[in-house]
Amino acid sequence: MIHDRYQLAFKLYPYERSTDQDAETPVRHPVVVMGGGPIGVATALDLGLQGIPVVVLDDHEGIGMGSRAICFAKRCLEIADRYGCGQPMLDKGVVWNLGKVFHDDRKVFEFNLLPEEGHKFPAFINLQQPYFERFIVERVREAQAAGAPIELRGKNRVDNVTVHDDHVTLEITTPDGPYTIEADWLIGCDGASSPLRGMMGLDFEGRVFEDSFLIADIKMANDDFPTERWFWFEPYFKSGASTLLHKQPDGVWRVDFQIGWDVDRKKELQEENVRARLDAMLGDVEYEIVWTSIYTFQCRRMKKFRHGRVLFAGDAAHQVSPFGARGANSGMQDVDNLGWKLGMVIGGKAPESLLDSYDVERVHGADENILNSTRSTDFITPKSRVSHMFRNAVLDLAEQYEFARPLVNSGRLSVPCVYDGGPLNGPDALPGGPARTRVGSPCPDAPLKDGFLLDRLGGVFTLLTIDAEAPEMLEEAGVPITRLTLSAGDDTSGALAERYLGEAGSGVYLIRPDQHVAARWDSFDETAIRAALRRAIGLE
Amino acid sequence: MADLILTPNLDRPDDFYAALIAAHDGLSDDESAALNARLILILANQVGNTETLTAALQAAAKAPEGAAA
Repeated sequence: MIHDRYQLAFKLYPYERSTDQDAETPVRHPVVVMGGGPIGVATALDLGLQGIPVVVLDDHEGIGMGSRAICFAKRCLEIADRYGCGQPMLDKGVVWNLGKVFHDDRKVFEFNLLPEEGHKFPAFINLQQPYFERFIVERVREAQAAGAPIELRGKNRVDNVTVHDDHVTLEITTPDGPYTIEADWLIGCDGASSPLRGMMGLDFEGRVFEDSFLIADIKMANDDFPTERWFWFEPYFKSGASTLLHKQPDGVWRVDFQIGWDVDRKKELQEENVRARLDAMLGDVEYEIVWTSIYTFQCRRMKKFRHGRVLFAGDAAHQVSPFGARGANSGMQDVDNLGWKLGMVIGGKAPESLLDSYDVERVHGADENILNSTRSTDFITPKSRVSHMFRNAVLDLAEQYEFARPLVNSGRLSVPCVYDGGPLNGPDALPGGPARTRVGSPCPDAPLKDGFLLDRLGGVFTLLTIDAEAPEMLEEAGVPITRLTLSAGDDTSGALAERYLGEAGSGVYLIRPDQHVAARWDSFDETAIRAALRRAIGLE
Repeated sequence: MADLILTPNLDRPDDFYAALIAAHDGLSDDESAALNARLILILANQVGNTETLTAALQAAAKAPEGAAA
């Protein structure tokens, strides 16, 4: 039997018997993904859109209840948009820019994220995780209808894996009993407590934070609160050592109370106790409780994300505190990074060693996220007297003096990782070129005459030329490089030139399928471009 | 004279703050207070100018309204 470990918000992939279950010998699949959460399904979508057959196994039949991750960052939305599901997320999501920071009963300061013009997506949207997941699954259904070879198998629980040199054997339990399949490649997207990691006896080390947080999602009867992020340090209403108030779609507010380490979870989750905290905070306000949960967290990662034919992505590979929205957002960057590489290896275009660069680049990303979220956590929940004293000194000073405000850390909101020094990076040969588009960076968006730059990049290797000559088509090592011909004048706002040329008069960018800059020059140099392409696919 | 800078001036505020807190790791309260005292004196020497230091002392003494001093 397979018991549900949690309630479903949306039942999207009900159990269906597969012909694999009747096969005499285990059926071999090119790629199997363990875990049907956002990262697993997005991985399947990336590969399926490349035409690579992929099977997703999940022990449930859909998306778990609860808002959980609620803050989705620009880069994450851009990745989703490349897969064709960014727009519904943006349409449903709540856009916010203004944040206020309070200490006790005083406002310390407020900040405006002041979105930069000329991007298709805002810096952030707030959206309940079940919606985020549902839009990805809906896109999978659309892609399947158009022929993408993706299978989502609900109530398929992986109970054992055997890892061989060139494939993996999976023993699966279903409501109809067990069966076995094989996979050339197995992707572990089975979450922070990853059973796959356990089955393989792999490490997952880091720091445990001794604090609990109580989430209450509520709907207020009279909903005239502004769409802002409010954060209290040591709030006067004493409902937690810190408290966060944040707007979600459907008129739902996320309230997050820091309630200490030694708590009786069952007691704290009783409605009257949750209401006592909320009442102290909100005063005489009527509200309905939509969802509650208590979470604790750790900041840790696996030593390596690649173990031969098994690769780990998302929370299974790395876990951070929620401050800064670096969980799901970084998992989507894993998918973005892994998808094209695995596609090229399976397609015989690149050596298996290309996948080691997934490990290097995404470990770098995970370390950056762990560093940032650890620092936020240390600021929000100081662990020693002196740390608490400095934290409050920063807050006292920030109220009066602007200089202390950059030190206030209630979460450094997720920005995309730049693969500085990455193994696939080619030359950065654009004198006067902007730092933000240096080699290893994800391409920043820019407005074009019709649409946006990022709509024109990704999925393949692109040679972006801005006011530079180049042939229309190149091919190196069997990999086509498609030219995108632009002129600084294509964007009258000047953003394209500012973001891609800086002080240079022309630019030639080699851009990876995940929209990261592989190399750049001031003019077309065929020999150099061919060498950079070879490097970018792990051939040298 | 050099004016006291009260606008953001740290090039990497998060790195600095993390290093500051890390410097106190494992110290007793008394040891932490002594470390802070030494640090203030070192930074004061770096500033040098008496008027600037006087202005800094005044700025630090001014607690926000309603806050515990």
